[in-house]
Amino acid sequence: MNFDLTEERQMLQDSLRRFLRDRYDTATRNKILESDSGMSADIWAGLAELGVIGALFTEEQGGFGGKGFDIAVVFEELGRAGVVEPFLDTAILAGGLIADLGNADQQAHVEEIIAGSLQLAFAHGEPASRYDLTRVSSSAVEKGGDIVLNGRKAVVVNAEAADMLVVSARESGGQGDADGISLFLVPKDTKGLTIQGYALLAGGRAAEVTLDDVTVPASARLGAAGKASDAIEARIAAANVAQTAETLGAMETAVRLTKDYLGTRKQFGRPIGTFQALAHRFSDLLIEMEQARSAVILIAGNLEADRGTRERNVSATKNLIGRVGRLVGEESIQLHGGIAMTQEYELAHIAKRIVMADHRFGDVDHHLERFIALAAA
Amino acid sequence: MDLSYSDQEKAFRDEVRAFLEEKVTPDLRDKVRGKAELTKADMVGWHATLNERGWLAPNWPKKFGGAEWNAVQKHIFEEESALASSPRIVPFGLGMLAPVLQKFGSQEQNDYWLPRILSGADWWCQGYSEPGAGSDLASLKTTAIKNDAGTHYVVNGQKTWTTLGQHANMIFCLVRTDKDVKQQEGISFLLIDMDTPGIEVRPIILLDGTHEVNEVWFADVEVPVENLVGEENKGWTYAKYLLTHERTNIAGVGFSQAGLASVKRLARAEMSNGKPLIENPHFAARVAQVEIDLMAMATTNMRIVSKAAAGQAPGVESSMLKVKGTIIRQEINDLARRAAGVYAMPFASEAVEGANEALPDPLDAGPVAAKYFNNRKLSIFGGSNEIQRGIIAKVTMGS
Repeated sequence: MNFDLTEERQMLQDSLRRFLRDRYDTATRNKILESDSGMSADIWAGLAELGVIGALFTEEQGGFGGKGFDIAVVFEELGRAGVVEPFLDTAILAGGLIADLGNADQQAHVEEIIAGSLQLAFAHGEPASRYDLTRVSSSAVEKGGDIVLNGRKAVVVNAEAADMLVVSARESGGQGDADGISLFLVPKDTKGLTIQGYALLAGGRAAEVTLDDVTVPASARLGAAGKASDAIEARIAAANVAQTAETLGAMETAVRLTKDYLGTRKQFGRPIGTFQALAHRFSDLLIEMEQARSAVILIAGNLEADRGTRERNVSATKNLIGRVGRLVGEESIQLHGGIAMTQEYELAHIAKRIVMADHRFGDVDHHLERFIALAAA
Repeated sequence: MDLSYSDQEKAFRDEVRAFLEEKVTPDLRDKVRGKAELTKADMVGWHATLNERGWLAPNWPKKFGGAEWNAVQKHIFEEESALASSPRIVPFGLGMLAPVLQKFGSQEQNDYWLPRILSGADWWCQGYSEPGAGSDLASLKTTAIKNDAGTHYVVNGQKTWTTLGQHANMIFCLVRTDKDVKQQEGISFLLIDMDTPGIEVRPIILLDGTHEVNEVWFADVEVPVENLVGEENKGWTYAKYLLTHERTNIAGVGFSQAGLASVKRLARAEMSNGKPLIENPHFAARVAQVEIDLMAMATTNMRIVSKAAAGQAPGVESSMLKVKGTIIRQEINDLARRAAGVYAMPFASEAVEGANEALPDPLDAGPVAAKYFNNRKLSIFGGSNEIQRGIIAKVTMGS
């Protein structure tokens, strides 16, 4: 057993941490949050140049990483700095699906993604699907050699900035069937595609996407007709590696800020961290952080495992991180007091990132039920 | 033992219910439920509505123009207001300053300020906390020094967390008038006109994007000596008295009941695996667990209310209700956030007044996540839950 990072991953972590420390401070980030686009093109380009996106793809796909631990290393650092730029959406989800399923023409986009010149979004969830990956009711119908798409996609992160959307739609089967779901690569300016955008509470932007007789050529299909479900599940697993690692990084920042505050804030003539009631609660956070770190190692280390092992670890980790996340988010605010309630204090944004992560790719309850179901299967 | 209201109390409840049904417009109700923020005009309007009915000042004796309700009546009114999604009275003048004036103020101060509170002529805010004096309020540093002529105090310093200070024209402050004695013995209670030169109000934006609190800065602000309440250096006594008033209705039973109803509404609309979320056993269990806690807490609250109605001042029970009440309210906020699923993610402050269009939210969930974050304040303000636990232990163990 060896829990150390490889030399390459260690170097990536160091350079990424340095870059973000120098260029992504609270004031800079808060300006990005208030901007119309909700993201910084400079930061995107800078991180692409640093190799951050390349690290999310395998060598066969044109990158130099792409394994669970590569994803975890990158996203832990992004989380530590509270980065809101949608690397997860462009690279892990939509980009990953193109790399996994695309033909040679479609895979040619991966080079642009790694270079930082292409933005993407994955339009999958629907208003009534909640966290269920197979509940797709948007339809894809062949018509004169083309494909006609209809339906509505909910809270599609990065849809406005995306040059292309990877859209899921059903070609056969009933609403909750895994079989029958296909993916299509749809340029954003395609007729019939409506994007209604809005800001997200924890930063970044999303949109409701409406498909009204959106017509694309059959060559826009990614992979085989009706067979995208396994690839989607595997990509959501990778997204969960990214997101739980990001949350771990964000929690480390929350705990660090709390430790500093407990040591410097004085009330009743002494640092508040010397009050045992607070000190013990802080210790509980440290104990849970070790659980969280181990959970992220489990999910990252099993991303390349067989489906059953992989998904069992996905649900275990997502459940644990969701629970620890709520604890760390709430307790770090409480241990600070009023200051943590203010927008301009670093913890406000970090706590929102941590807690709101539970609203994507399945929450604590969803993954608890899924863990039980997977064990029974 | 009798767990039900008396006929008289029931009649009162029906009267309150009918009044609220008539006066709480759909627009007000939607705002209170979180779709948008109440404007200053909404708050002033509701104040006038209650004043007209004679229900504006439940705590006040009749001789000052109050309703002089007993504890059970106040509780009924609170509960019904919450269930009707009625706006809340801004409490700083009516519920906090007025009791202090009535107990410790001069005849002239009562004659002048109380009618202005009822009429809405003055909007009061509270100048207690400072950047260095939060839980340890007695360490406050804002100074008030009498000028040589003895006509004015000159105030210097900074207050913070001043709720709705942006709307206020008056502020009551705790200020240090003697530095050379024990902290608690050098504090005075001063009424200050916000239009006085030298006062600056700076907004604090909270983590959910709302502007409800402020910093108030004082630079050589001259305050007439007539605006001192009671005796110089006795302000700490008055402040403690005021805090007991701040802690009435601290359990927030009505808020929790309304919040729980809203969670159920949401969970009936949200679909999970093809069925309403409310039918998911796991989620239903979470809701039931909070409901059970709330039923017991509501009864605890009624026990304490009955004691208070019989003239016994609540002691350590106020602190207990504050802790338990806020835990339950925050748990309900957490459930609402969970229920909304992915639709908790949009930043719904765009739904506040003046926004172009409502969020595309098929659940009509509103800003449930923003509310969850905003209400983290409940366990921090009004004496944090840690301070309350300290009080409970200290009083009970006599240490």
